[in-house]
Amino acid sequence: MTEIGLGHYLTLGAVIFSIGVIGIFLNRKNIIVILMSIELILLAVNINLVAFSIFLGDLAGQVFTLFILTVAAAEAAIGLAIIVVYYRNSGTIRVEEIDELKG
Amino acid sequence: MIAHAIFFYTFSIIAVVSAIMVTVSKNTVHSVFFLILDFISISCLFIMIGAEFLGMIMLIVYVGAVAVLFLFVVMMLNVAQQKNQWFASAASSKHIPVGLIISTIIFFELIIVIGGWKYKPEIFDINNSSKVSDLSNTHSLGQVLYTDYIHIFQISGMILLVAMVGAIVLTFRQRSNVKRQSYIKQISRERAEGVSVVEVASNKGVKIDD
Repeated sequence: MTEIGLGHYLTLGAVIFSIGVIGIFLNRKNIIVILMSIELILLAVNINLVAFSIFLGDLAGQVFTLFILTVAAAEAAIGLAIIVVYYRNSGTIRVEEIDELKG
Repeated sequence: MIAHAIFFYTFSIIAVVSAIMVTVSKNTVHSVFFLILDFISISCLFIMIGAEFLGMIMLIVYVGAVAVLFLFVVMMLNVAQQKNQWFASAASSKHIPVGLIISTIIFFELIIVIGGWKYKPEIFDINNSSKVSDLSNTHSLGQVLYTDYIHIFQISGMILLVAMVGAIVLTFRQRSNVKRQSYIKQISRERAEGVSVVEVASNKGVKIDD
């Protein structure tokens, strides 16, 4: 219990990943919270990569975490820009009212 | 070792609780704040297990940039009117049990994989030889980042550039009724379109009506 190993970090990553997936399904308020849930999922992936990298002594995991961080930042910027444009055009960002494609 | 355990459990409990609060809190601004708390505690965990550079980068990129970006967008859009209700109608929440089932299945699959998985015993012997060097984490990361991964590094720079251009192109709009200075128009102005010479007859004056 007091010996913190790789499994503890992987479990933490799994918990945060699942909370992110639940957040995507559960959330009906606005799309911004869905973007935040995606950030949570990417954070869980980063936890896994860093934990493996530290415990196996291989630096490639941390390098890839850097690239995931970059892509996540770009994705957040583009996603928020799309949300702003959508709000400007249609006046709402509620998830249930975004149904123009009838999906 | 016991201190390591105490720190790990403290930060991970804070991280999990704030991740739950991100998804269930009714106010979007509170969600952003809990997201910031989540990133801070995870970066503390990173610093604690020895990935100091990534922990600091996480603080700078997420807490300093992405969270502030979220806050700005939440403040710009008018989402305050809908903060106190979760669902507009009960009929539109039919998919929630399915989502919960899928999430719990994903969680238990991950737990089963983590619990039943073992290292190959020789993987420690391979990697521990490179671990004994006394370089700092940032130093060794820089040594591989700018040599082995240089192409991926430059491609990630291109991705950031494309994201910046895309965000500007998406949100840029030309306002119609705003007067603004146009240098091209000013410089390319000719004498003939601004000044006209009028022959003035004596004692008549000049009529200016346009």
